Amino acid sequence: MSDRALLEGSEAIARAAVAAGCRFFTGYPMTPFTELLEHMAALLPEVDGVCMNAESELEAVGMAWGAATTGHLAATGSTGQGLSLMQESLSEITNARLPLVVFNMARGQGDYFQATRGGGHGDYRHIVLAPMDVPEAVELTKLAFELASQWRTPVMVLGDYYLAHTYQAVSVPSIEGAAPEVPDWALNGSSGGSGAAKIISPLGGGIEGEEGFDLGAHYAACAAHIQAMATGIEPLVDVGFCDDAELVVAAYGSVGKFVRYACLRLRDAGHRVGYVRPITLWPFPSEAAHNAVAGSAKVAVYEQNMGQMVDDVRLATMGAVPVEFIGGPSWDHSGFGIGPDINVPDISERILEALK
Amino acid sequence: MTDERIYLSTDTPPAEPAALVDDFTPTLITQANHHLCPGCGEPIAIRAAMEAIEELELAQSTITVFGIGCYTAFAHNLDVEVVQALHGRAPSVATGIKRMLPDGFVVTVQGDGDMVNEGLQEVLHAAARGENITCLLLNNGVFGETGGQMTTTTTLGQRTKTSIEGRDPHQHGHPILLSDLAATMDGAAYVARCAVNNAGNVARTKRYITRAYESQMAGAGFSLVEILTMCPTGWFVDTLEGPDYLQDTLAPVHNIGELKTP
Repeated sequence: MSDRALLEGSEAIARAAVAAGCRFFTGYPMTPFTELLEHMAALLPEVDGVCMNAESELEAVGMAWGAATTGHLAATGSTGQGLSLMQESLSEITNARLPLVVFNMARGQGDYFQATRGGGHGDYRHIVLAPMDVPEAVELTKLAFELASQWRTPVMVLGDYYLAHTYQAVSVPSIEGAAPEVPDWALNGSSGGSGAAKIISPLGGGIEGEEGFDLGAHYAACAAHIQAMATGIEPLVDVGFCDDAELVVAAYGSVGKFVRYACLRLRDAGHRVGYVRPITLWPFPSEAAHNAVAGSAKVAVYEQNMGQMVDDVRLATMGAVPVEFIGGPSWDHSGFGIGPDINVPDISERILEALK
Repeated sequence: MTDERIYLSTDTPPAEPAALVDDFTPTLITQANHHLCPGCGEPIAIRAAMEAIEELELAQSTITVFGIGCYTAFAHNLDVEVVQALHGRAPSVATGIKRMLPDGFVVTVQGDGDMVNEGLQEVLHAAARGENITCLLLNNGVFGETGGQMTTTTTLGQRTKTSIEGRDPHQHGHPILLSDLAATMDGAAYVARCAVNNAGNVARTKRYITRAYESQMAGAGFSLVEILTMCPTGWFVDTLEGPDYLQDTLAPVHNIGELKTP
């Protein structure tokens, strides 16, 4: 059962995570991620789960890595800065084929590349989900744990200050349900002494010197797995008013919600603008974006950064229409990306400028 | 002290592969042939760690967490469960495992570069938290896998590729004595240092590891066994000189003995 309640985004996400079966969470306090850690610390003991206030982001991601090897659903997170510290582990966790959910409560939208390109060393991608508001974050948090388990890979939920701190009426998932069963590949020590003890390693498995121990083959399998995710995961996207749009505006996350509203108002005023809001940033909804802009004269991309998703929009549209970047880095003095640039009149002005 | 040793050139590879004399392989080690250099102390330490697991009947509840170093080769040569962690990060990974599996038996294996250089914060916080895991430090005072560079446990005067005239405190600083540091932590239940450079010390190593394991089994908190191991290749000394070099170079600084008992 679920009840509707007015909740802070962080609490709603925490409840959704525990309801999805998350039993281990760890993090290091950092604005605007802190409240998610606090809510997990309060909630997890209620379901016999564990929440750890780690000594640093390095330890946080290490603890989450260890918890993930036991087959229990684990999650961690930070802001983009803290996630920079975690990237070495996140890359290796990906090659170790472990499910993990990672929350980035980002400061603005400067972390798009970090999130979608595989932010660390090596050759990998993460599934990235970018909710626009609290109700959507609740849905996507559930999906994140499902995708992580299904594909045995880290999945990122990319939010921001608005998402973490906005109170919104949402359907609250009950945290009382049972966690999913522990999968067969998980470690618990019991395969020791069997002659075939399990190993979970970013370098693959097998006994050194024997068949099956082959780093090249392991990396090839990891690459094939990334490719399988790229083609096997249905990208999510929110598209509106594109059928007769002269200009299509692309934006994601909380900013995407502001852009969507701006487009709505401009429509009311008779301007032929449409919008595309990617929800999965990886895999990017390229086909949907390509189709959405087919009849338009131009695409404008609004992001609160120097232009990152604009690259993916250009790749998706393949030169079919000109792509113009109309965003820019936040001039918010707090550094949290909550500045006057995320504001409907200002966004509308830039859209009208692009329409000219 | 005048150093009268005859050093080999720093680019001399091992002269011959390790020879298999007989099969003394403990049951939890899959194959006897290891790929480490002749004279390496790490296989002896791993052997002691595995024998103690078997003797305490822990094989079916053990999860080991390996760091990155020469000993990492053993991650793919054991009949106990293994998680391969990053350089320096085994204690946090072990923490996540132990917190989700409180009845599991969790052991980390790290070298001095891994635990004391890259991962000093991890191991000290695990000790301070009283994390109920056992950390094994294979300390040879040198980065063995990358070919003999200075680590933070390298002793004063010790020659390495990055302290070619010997470690100079003015230029390279002083060694960190990890076990002494860990023993100061309230959460640490058992801390001991031993070596594998002679039969007596090998026996002591096994004894200390067993006590550390028993400490974890009793739920006493964090346990650490630091094992001084030979690295003739990384020390640029003759294979047979390894045990004496350890005795003369590492042991006088990293003192052998139990530093903390429950």
